Amino acid sequence: MKVGRVVGTVVSTISSPVFEGRRLLLCDLLDASGHPDGSYMICVDTVGSGAGEAVLIIDEGSSARQVIGMSSAPVRAIVVGVIDQLIVDDELVLREG
Amino acid sequence: MQLARVIGTVVASVKADGLEGVKFLLVQPLDRHEQPEGNPVVAADGVHMAGPGELVYIVGAREASQALPNTFVPVDHAIVGIVDAVEELRYGPRTEERR
Repeated sequence: MKVGRVVGTVVSTISSPVFEGRRLLLCDLLDASGHPDGSYMICVDTVGSGAGEAVLIIDEGSSARQVIGMSSAPVRAIVVGVIDQLIVDDELVLREG
Repeated sequence: MQLARVIGTVVASVKADGLEGVKFLLVQPLDRHEQPEGNPVVAADGVHMAGPGELVYIVGAREASQALPNTFVPVDHAIVGIVDAVEELRYGPRTEERR
């Protein structure tokens, strides 16, 4: 799983059926100090997370399909949690809310 | 899943079994500011409507083949949506401005 921050949304009307009615979030990936590491990912939202929030991301297809509840779908990255705190080496690097 | 720009079409008459009728497009992966990032890749068109110049999002690895009618085919990138807009947001319902 990866740690990211929601920075935007992607709007798409023509897409694979699995994405219909789902929110696509543009997420920056964060490093262990809580800063953007320069990469990003487009993720399907499953927890109702919003812009600016730190989130937990799964980037693996079979887990993604399991969470979405479809046995066959071209989806890989999904947001599965909203992070409240991230502690690395006894140091609080992210404190949300 | 990543943003990409369709930059060309690939025509191949000899393909692996199961790939008949699948449209292949050359796409340039983009960073989140829509600037080119890395090398172009060939992606199968999972939405049947993408064309050169369009902003799309692609899925990589094993999940790519799931975008096609026949899901057990050798494909490693697929276009799964055409992007209308990328909206950058700074804060939402549960967060205050922090940057």
